[in-house]
Amino acid sequence: MSEANAPALSTRGLAMSFGSLVVAKDIDLSLPKGVRYALIGPNGAGKTTLINLMTGMLKPNAGQIFLGGEDITALEPQERVRRGLARTFQINSLFPGLTALEAVTLAVCERRGSSGEFWSKLSSQSEAIDEAHEILLRLRLGDSCYQPTRELPYGRQRLLEIALALATRPKVLLLDEPAAGVPQEESGDIFEAVADLSQDITLLFIEHDMHVVFRFASHIIVLVGGMVFAQGSPAEIAADPRVREVYLGKRKHG
Amino acid sequence: MIPKSGNRLSDKIMRPQDAMSLAGAPSQPQEYLRSLSRWHPLEIAFWLATLLPFFLFPTYLSLASQIAVAALFALSLDIILGYAGIVSLGHAAFFGIGAYAAGLFSKFVWGEPFSGLLIAAAMAALIGYLTSFIIARFRHLTLIMITLGLGLLLAEAANSAGWLTGGSDGLQGVKIWPVFGYFKFDLYGTTAYGYSLAVLFLVFLAVRRLIHSPFGLSLRGIRENWTRMPAVGADSRAHIRKAYTIAAAIAGIAGAVIAQTTQTVSLEALSFERSADVLVMLVLGGAGRLYGGLVGAIIFMVARDQFSGIAPQYWYFGIGILLILVVMLLPNGILGGLAKLTARWSRK
Repeated sequence: MSEANAPALSTRGLAMSFGSLVVAKDIDLSLPKGVRYALIGPNGAGKTTLINLMTGMLKPNAGQIFLGGEDITALEPQERVRRGLARTFQINSLFPGLTALEAVTLAVCERRGSSGEFWSKLSSQSEAIDEAHEILLRLRLGDSCYQPTRELPYGRQRLLEIALALATRPKVLLLDEPAAGVPQEESGDIFEAVADLSQDITLLFIEHDMHVVFRFASHIIVLVGGMVFAQGSPAEIAADPRVREVYLGKRKHG
Repeated sequence: MIPKSGNRLSDKIMRPQDAMSLAGAPSQPQEYLRSLSRWHPLEIAFWLATLLPFFLFPTYLSLASQIAVAALFALSLDIILGYAGIVSLGHAAFFGIGAYAAGLFSKFVWGEPFSGLLIAAAMAALIGYLTSFIIARFRHLTLIMITLGLGLLLAEAANSAGWLTGGSDGLQGVKIWPVFGYFKFDLYGTTAYGYSLAVLFLVFLAVRRLIHSPFGLSLRGIRENWTRMPAVGADSRAHIRKAYTIAAAIAGIAGAVIAQTTQTVSLEALSFERSADVLVMLVLGGAGRLYGGLVGAIIFMVARDQFSGIAPQYWYFGIGILLILVVMLLPNGILGGLAKLTARWSRK
């Protein structure tokens, strides 16, 4: 597999079980560069587990993960992040006592390799600070950037999740229900922000709201019982009778 | 809901419409971060007040010197506990290593105090670095037990190596030369306090700089959310190893100062009580606030002095009550409580 033509992210035979509970089985995926994938499936289908496996938060029992053709299966999570694989969390996982600007600056400094400097002043890291600020402005968090994270409204905290991931300059970004817990009328704002991201970033997002999925995804992967049940364009998935049966038809989404 | 001291400044600075930087001038976000590290008038007042004992309590300068050492020791614990969130019950290990290193250095090499400090810091840093590989792998209760175990281990080792440490009799023959060849360590403690205070202040300046560095920000990140750090690409273990080594070096300096100013080293320098006391001081004053350990050390040491005057055998009784009251009523320590109070005042 040559580096240049390799998919942005791919898995081969990925498998994982907790005791007798199989959460991932024979997952073969290949995400081309710049494509926007939605990962859907009923509760307990193993969607978050798959993201945890890809990012190294969980170790698979079998199988491999490739980032741009490089086998990253054995790498620690932070090493995967440094190679361009970032994620956000379904339940906010932020730095409550840091201001939004501090939090994003922290992530930028980690990426730039200046986070170990204990004898330089943070305020003199001008490029890192300006970059962090620019990311916050892009996500329309400019007027919140001096507020401690814990005081930010929930929807803004969801955007800060994305800002932290962007600060790592990802090639592939995995979004675990980016609008989870946000009122319907605000969730559009979050997905607008996601849609505005650079086309160079390969996206995979988990989402339950089918309107959002069909609007923002160019491809859909359906996961059922830890296995890839179907994948294809939104039109193909919508027309697939098996998908309608196990997923769309059976339960009301939301 | 405790706005930290700097956040109120943000009201003045925060204007999104002119957020873009002018050519050459620091941008608003840079200016904001700089404002967080600026010296507060209260800080200057605090350091000026540390000179008062020379004039107001000239007969208590030995106590003042011990307070300065305790403050330095608490400051070192604050780096790992208050900023990186690592709980240690064995921090006296590094205090003791520093004390014995400085004592033995003066006995067998020479008595010049500043070189003794450096040797003590280097020794403590070395042991701190070696143990940091274990420390960085664990959290919570496991970590508390490991640090406790390492501390007890070292105390017992020093006890059984009586040929070197003097065992329970303490290290004899510590001779420290006058500071700068001029200021002798006397019975009144004038030199002792001046020396301890100067070392405390210089180390404090260094720690303050560290806290406001990119590394300091990463340490706060570890404290605020340890599990998120890998997801922003951070190698938390490397950060923890570094912080632990630096904290060990500073604890070693604190131990060296007590050895030099009292011209003796006892096993007490390595004791569990010392580890527990420093933790109490930091919690009393407020962890993660730079001045928490300093304020805690003053309160703890003065309270101990006063309580032991009333009932020498039961002075921990008073400390116990004080500790319980503070943690129940002021979860962020005395300084945390004061910050909350002033924030409420300024809002009115």
